[in-house]
Amino acid sequence: MEALLFNVSGGFLEGIVRGYKAGLLTQNQYSNLTQCETIEDFRTQLSATDYGNFLANEPLPISTSTIADKATQLLVDQFNFLRSNAVEPLSKFLEYMTYAYMIDNHARTLRSPNVEELYHTALVETPLAPYFRDSVSAADLDDLNIEIIRNTLYKAYLEDFHAFCAALGGPTADVMHRILSFEADRRAINITINSFGTQLTKEQRAKLFPTIGRLFPEGNNALARADDVEQVRQACEPISEYRAFFDVSGAPRTNGGRSESTANLLGDLGDDLSAVAELEDRFFLHEVHLNKLAFLQQFQYAVFYSYLKLKEQEIRSLTWIAECIAQDARDRIHDFIPTF
Amino acid sequence: MSGTGPRENIFPTRMALTNTKLRLKGAQTGYSLLAKKRDALTTRFRAILRRVDEAKRKMGRVMQLASFSLAEVTYATGDISYLVQEQAKSASFKVKAKQENVSGVILPAFEVDRVPGSDFNLTGLGRGGQQVLRSKEVYAKAVETLVELASLQTAFMILDEVIRATNRRVNAIEHVIIPRLDNTIKYIISELDEMDREEFFRLKKVQGKKKRDAEAAEAQRKALADAEDASVPVPEPFFEEASGGGDLLSSKDEDVIF
Repeated sequence: MEALLFNVSGGFLEGIVRGYKAGLLTQNQYSNLTQCETIEDFRTQLSATDYGNFLANEPLPISTSTIADKATQLLVDQFNFLRSNAVEPLSKFLEYMTYAYMIDNHARTLRSPNVEELYHTALVETPLAPYFRDSVSAADLDDLNIEIIRNTLYKAYLEDFHAFCAALGGPTADVMHRILSFEADRRAINITINSFGTQLTKEQRAKLFPTIGRLFPEGNNALARADDVEQVRQACEPISEYRAFFDVSGAPRTNGGRSESTANLLGDLGDDLSAVAELEDRFFLHEVHLNKLAFLQQFQYAVFYSYLKLKEQEIRSLTWIAECIAQDARDRIHDFIPTF
Repeated sequence: MSGTGPRENIFPTRMALTNTKLRLKGAQTGYSLLAKKRDALTTRFRAILRRVDEAKRKMGRVMQLASFSLAEVTYATGDISYLVQEQAKSASFKVKAKQENVSGVILPAFEVDRVPGSDFNLTGLGRGGQQVLRSKEVYAKAVETLVELASLQTAFMILDEVIRATNRRVNAIEHVIIPRLDNTIKYIISELDEMDREEFFRLKKVQGKKKRDAEAAEAQRKALADAEDASVPVPEPFFEEASGGGDLLSSKDEDVIF
């Protein structure tokens, strides 16, 4: 039914975004980029792609952060174009997508001397108000760790976004459910692993887990009690896709042996860390996979979300390649995650 | 001779000779001590040089790893600088200075004092926390290497300075002070010898003169005696003398009543 009327308001923008998606770098272009000897070569290679000469006016030498900034700016411009052309409910959907970034940006300003005032500003001025109201009080702002606030907000945001997508119904809800569930589970697993050995208590940890996702509720409960990576693995055992993340030996190593010397330098700690860091890479890989699947469905809004995420991943990959070129770390240059 | 080299302006006496000899001995002892010190310092210097070389190479590697691990962090989480700035409350990595004594040279040595702080270990909680932790560790190692290098470099500079100073002193003693003292001693000895010879010559002269005088006097006396022999018989005064001091008993004096 929604397919019948989708194109009335969303057809144009879906066309646009699918056009943008065609502009994502291909495997071939990635392999060309990895061949580059210098950042200038890198720039020349990029100018043949959809990026065009976005770095043309940059003074040499170009830093990797400049590349990331400029590429992100391109993405933001594209997004703003989409947003300004959108009508309800797509415009609302796109707005929801911005909240995640708003949380990150807001976390930066949270610690100012005048907390009370800031809190009210946050409540009044930003659409994040409901998240703030439900999870954080003004007093919390003062003594809670900024990361905890950020993650609490993010949890509220994910749940809200999920509810909104479910309300949209149809294929959008289907596809977004998959993507957001994974995002929620990923956060839960990451928070669990990263909180080992910190002052974050298990109760606090449990509060940060989003109440959506495939691990919810029994997996989340198990994660809340976990003390080491092995228990996290067991908690994820029921979900077949997640089982592969922890399969250290079987799965193809996404990064051809994390730099040996770093591991040597850090001793045992290094071993442990690199295993977990690899987990992070697999999460990225799975995220890209899910986002690619979103393009297989038509007449739904998830493509916008997926495009943004894929483009973000592409920018990360570009930055990574540029970084490897700049630091002359050829052996790690293939450790990025290609999109298409 | 004594005038060939520079010498101290000193009055050549036996006293001065003893003093100078003592000073020479002192200078020689000082020379050998300083030379030993120089050798010890040089050995140390070489060792430090080697370690500086190693540390610099290590620093190159470690810094590369560190900046690369930061790249990994950026890849996984994006920009975390504001979080770190926000949450770094106290230094978890401190450098302490202590002193080390090498052959009397005080070398400052820097030591790493890591406080196992938990300042921003929640950074990247939702994503990339492990990379952050890893990067933190790698950077801590990098700073450790830098501290080590700093302490070596400082020691290197100070030792270099001290070795120069010691070398100057050793050379000064060897080539200036000891020759001068040597010259002074030679001068004093030669002066004293000269004085000895003068004295001897003077004595000889005096003796000769005395001898000549004595001979002259003898000759005169002889001549006088000969002349007296001829005019006045010698025994006569002898007799008079003898009668004068003669036996009082043998002569009778009419005035003596008893």
